[in-house]
Formats: sequence, structure tokens, C-alpha cells
Amino acid sequence: MAGIPHDHYEPNSKGEKWLHSRLPIVGLLYDTLMIPTPKNLNWMWIWGIVLTFTLVLQIVTGIVLVMHYVPHVDMAFQSVEHIMRNVNGGHMIRYFHMNGASLFFFAVYLHIFRGLYYGSYKAPREVTWIVGMLIYVLMMGTAFMGYVLPWGQMSFHGTAVITGLFGAIPFIGESVQVWLLGTPNGAIDQPALNRFFSLHYLLPFVIAGLVAVHIWAFHTTGNNNPTGVEVRRTSKEDAAKDTLPFWPYFVIKDLFALAIIMALFVAVVGFMPNYLGHPDNYIPANPLATPSHIVPEWYFLPFYAILRAFDQEVWLVIAVNWLSFGIIDAKFFGVIAMFGAIVVMALAPWLDTSSVRSGRYRPMFKWWFWLLVVDFIVLMWVGARPAEGIYPYIALLGSTYWFAYFLVILPLLGVIEKPMTPPATIEDDFNAHYAPDDAGSTTLAKPAE
Amino acid sequence: MFRKLTLTAAAALALTAGQATAAEVETHIEDFAFSFEGPFGSYDQMQLQRGLQVYTEICSACHGLELIPFRTLHDEGGPALPEDQVRAYAEAYEIFDPALFDSEGDFRPATPADHFPASSLSNAPDLSLMAKARAGFHGPYGTGISQFVNGMGGAEYIASLLTGYEEEPECALEGDPMDGYYNVAFAAGGFPDSCKDDHGKHKVPGSWISMAPPLYGDDVEYADGHATDLHHVAEDVSAFLMWTAEPKMMARKQAGLTGFIFLTVLSVLLYLTNKRLWAPHKKKKH
Repeated sequence: MAGIPHDHYEPNSKGEKWLHSRLPIVGLLYDTLMIPTPKNLNWMWIWGIVLTFTLVLQIVTGIVLVMHYVPHVDMAFQSVEHIMRNVNGGHMIRYFHMNGASLFFFAVYLHIFRGLYYGSYKAPREVTWIVGMLIYVLMMGTAFMGYVLPWGQMSFHGTAVITGLFGAIPFIGESVQVWLLGTPNGAIDQPALNRFFSLHYLLPFVIAGLVAVHIWAFHTTGNNNPTGVEVRRTSKEDAAKDTLPFWPYFVIKDLFALAIIMALFVAVVGFMPNYLGHPDNYIPANPLATPSHIVPEWYFLPFYAILRAFDQEVWLVIAVNWLSFGIIDAKFFGVIAMFGAIVVMALAPWLDTSSVRSGRYRPMFKWWFWLLVVDFIVLMWVGARPAEGIYPYIALLGSTYWFAYFLVILPLLGVIEKPMTPPATIEDDFNAHYAPDDAGSTTLAKPAE
Repeated sequence: MFRKLTLTAAAALALTAGQATAAEVETHIEDFAFSFEGPFGSYDQMQLQRGLQVYTEICSACHGLELIPFRTLHDEGGPALPEDQVRAYAEAYEIFDPALFDSEGDFRPATPADHFPASSLSNAPDLSLMAKARAGFHGPYGTGISQFVNGMGGAEYIASLLTGYEEEPECALEGDPMDGYYNVAFAAGGFPDSCKDDHGKHKVPGSWISMAPPLYGDDVEYADGHATDLHHVAEDVSAFLMWTAEPKMMARKQAGLTGFIFLTVLSVLLYLTNKRLWAPHKKKKH
């Protein structure tokens, strides 16, 4: 299916030919696994495998947890503690699942910023990018609903805050909120827990489907690479000079990286499993006692900071409020800003006007990009701080830069920046670091003598 | 009702958006050196047994441990009481069994299969998970570094609370007398206006808690001759409550260590495999 010319699967034996003429599944697997991959990929190209592995980890641990979990407001909390105390190995499975969500977002943020730096979103990979953004949004929904299931204090009051966001939508907000929570009066109760449980089980499989589409899309266009230069498709021989097959070269490389990430992950699970969580969720949900600080999980914090940044004292909010005759108030403006922050990121393929794909050859872009990374981390930190003193100003500044990067800087840079000249081919880039390849691109390494 | 709940949600949102008014309460949490801190730390079995004694003789008068089955007192990596002692300990509790007396229910002595009773006072919280639910002082500036470096958690909080009762500060004597007891580790209680400055900032740490000081020192007599001053008794019962909150900590750390070593070895092997595999394509430049 890849557009890069390469050898395809040829059935040899009678049995293989019989199956291939009826269901070419072996050929599909072969072509997927043997896809020509740019041989200059660096260590930022490992996160896809980490993410795929994490998705499987979450689904497998999740399915086991469901065997013991009870989605009932009076029993959910106790059933989670039952898993932690009585189920064989239950405490490990639950801690893996709980911290697996953090690993998932840690990896996805590095994956996204990799794409932003090397211009992986640019033509012809816009569809891969958009599908990736859909996966990201679904991940956020899934993670949020999973956090509700233990029915602790943060579960309950976090639900109040998040569904309250939808309540901020003018005219239809209240109805949407009732629809989300499933109670006629919009109370957070059994119906909400039941539907969140149902969707928390469903959405990971939707994500798995989208992951397949994501992979299909970039297998069609071919991988991007640190130079941003396309693999030569003029002939099979030319393509072979730029690439190596995914198996075994990149499988082993990715597995090596995965093993290191997993060693660190297991250390977190084994030695500090509650470090990233919020202690208040070990208190059973109590509608009458609101925790003094409702703080979302760390991976939501940058967008939570953007949500809170636009309060009624910001002139832009006041102007919009006045122009919309009060329909768009500060609260709704914050909601728009939060979702808008993701939308502008999804629109990056059309906002970036530069003719050079990789940030490696864009001297001005580099600075703005790293400022965006710093901005993201600052927003994450300020999202967990109370909105008092200097923090709201930091949040507002950070949020403004987030939008400015996508809406102003990316379009302008393409016009004013003078990029360097990327190497003509991937082979040139590779040979700039290593001696010319005399082993033949498609032969495997010789076993040790 | 509909309107009220929308308002509640709005209030919740406003609350998060406007924690501005709720100034952060400073508290004094002491860094106790618990045996179970760090990747290799483990529970001190004797300390857990002493803590169980303190819980039984003092805390259980008001508080409960409803998530804890008596049988787990026998578990390895916990207090590890012998089976006959667990049985005898459980029998000292009377629990209500709804299946008895023709399904009308009746009281009977507890067995190891039963759980500890729930709190007997409505405003005394259950202590089963307290050591995990109170681990939330991620300082400085919300980075969690003190928790990470010093291994500070809920056990420290409980011990600090038990030893944190102090004389009321002078400023509190100016206004109306406060309900409860002044405690420098407690953040969520009442606080007199006379102890706030013009900006509402608290001039003294902690707040007023409704629980009377439960420990004074020499409250119990230990069979193993361990010191019974306030500091040590508070430390013992906090360690016990850490175990009730995280009974599988030893098994978890063991699994973490095994997994980490296994994956480290695997990483090395994969590193060497990867290096050899790529060697023909990544020759050093001459």
C-alpha cells in the first residue's frame, strides 16, 4: 500500500497461494511490516511504538479491572479498594492502569511536539495529523471518564466542573449538561457513572480503530524524517538508498527504546504510584463537601490554564462580551479558548506557510518552537496553581503565546524567514554522519562470526 | 432544582477559577523518618503491631477502619500477627450480622473474615485510607519536590497532626473564643479573623480542629518496651495507618524492583542487538 516502491509479498508454496488468492492477509502484514522507512530517523521517532504499546496495556489492564469493578455509586469506591486489597495482583493491575494514563499522555505530548518541530503535519501528511488530533481528543475524553469511575472526591467534583463547561454554552448549555449527566435535574448520580463507564470501555476501541487509520495514512505517504526531505520514488533502487525496511531495523530500535521507557515506568508504578495522582480521590465522593482545590490530572493542566486565563477582566473578553450582546460571557469565552487551543493546533498544516518542512533548516522557527515548548510547561505548572496573585497574568501571557504561535507566527515566518537549504536526499544526510553504505541497503546484518 | 444545579456547577467552576479568595493555609508538617520510605524501605512489623495497639486502645473509640478485614492482620508484609491472635483480636469486636436471628439481624463476635467496624461518631472520618488521602502537600510551588526528595506523605501528615496541638496563639484570644483545638498541621478548620492581616492572610500556621488531642504521651504500655512518648506513639500509629491505606506496599516494591531489573537487562540486550544490526549501515567516518 505504500507509495514508496519496494518488494511485495510473493506466495511460494501451494498453501500460501491458496490463501493469498482468497484473503491476501499475509501480504498485508508483510507490506506493513516491511515498509521502507527513512534510515535517518532519530530517537524522537520511537513514541509511536510506545503509544501503541500503551494503548494495548491500557486495554488489557482495563479489561481485567472491569472483571472486578462495580459501576454503582454506592459500590464503585469499595470495589476499587477490593481490587487494591483482595484481588490477586489487583493493586499492580490498577496502578499500571492508573499510571498508564500518564505514560500515554507523556508519550503523546512528545509525539505531537516531534511532529510540530519536524513539520510532520505538512502536506502530504495532513490527514495523518488530523486523525492524530482526533485520537488525542478521544484520549482526553477517555482519560477524564476513567478518572470518574473510582467515584472519589476528585472524580465527583471534577465531573461537576467539566460538565459545567458544557453548561456554559449559551441557549443549549443546560440541555447539553442534562444530556451528558442523564438526570432530569442535572445531578451527578448513577446515570452519569453508568454512561461514563460505558463510554470509557467503548472509546479505547474507537481509538484503536483510529490508530489503524493513522498508521494507514502515514504508510501511504511514507514516514516524515528529521530532514523533512521525501524518500526518492523514482525507482526501487533509489528508494532503497534512502530507506531500510521497518523489520528488523526499526522494530529492534523501537523495542530497545520501549524497554527503557518501560523500565522507568515500572519504577514509577513500583515505587511512587500515587505521585502523579491526587490524594483527594482516596476520599469517597461526597456531594456536600467540595474539595478546596479542584485540580485536573497533570496532562489536562495546560488547557485548564487556558480555560481559566480569560476571566472577565481581560479586555478581549470584555470586548467580545459587549459585541455579542452578552451572549459570550467570560465563562463561555474560556471554554471556547480551551477547545480553540486544540483546534488551532489541528489547523497547523494550513497555518504554516513555510516551504521548508523540517524545523532543522529554519533558523527563526527554532526559537519560536522552543518558546512554545517552554510555554506548554509553564501553562502546565500555572494550571495547578490557585488563580491569585501573579498566576493569572502568567496564564494569560502563556495562553496568548499559544494562540499567537499558531495564528500569527507560523503564517508570518513562512514569509519573512530565510530557511537554509536541506540536503538533496536522505542518503546525503545519512552519509554526512556515517561512512557510505557498502552493505547493501536491503541485506540484513551478518550473524556474528 | 434545575436552576440550582446549574448554579452549583457554575459555582464549582467559579471556585476553581477563583480560588483567589481562599488564601493557602500554611501548615507545619514534620519530616518523620519512616522505615517504609524510599524504593527499598519496608514496614517495621513490630511498629505496625504497636500502631495497632494504639489504634485499638485510643483511635477506635471514635474512628473506624471499615475497609480492613481482620484477616489481613495476619498478612506478610503487614503486622503479621499469628492466626490465633488474629482470631482472638477479632472476637473482641461485636459486629451486627443481618443474617442472624431469622434475618432480623443480631450482634455477634467478629471473625477474621469480618471487617473492622466503621466510625462510631458521624464526624470522625474512617481512617482506612487516610494516609493516602492526606498526602497532598506538593510543595514547593506545587512542584512536588519535597514529597519526592524527602519521601513525605500522608503518614507524616498524620503524625504531625497528632503532635501538632499547641497553645492558642495570642491573636486568637482577642476575639470570640474559637471552637475546637489549635493545631499547626491542620489546614481545613476554623480560623479567627483576629489572626488574619488586612489582606486576609493567616498570621499563624494551621487552624482549629474539632478533635481533642488524642495522645499526650505514655497513653499506652508497649509489650516490647518501646518508648511511649508522644512522638513515638504518634509515629507508630501513623505507620500502622500507612499500612491500612497501602497494605500491598511490600509486594508492590518487590514487583517494581524485579520488573526494573528485568527491563534493564532487556534494554542492554536490545541495545547490543540494535548496535550489531545497524553496524553495517552506520560505519564510522574515516
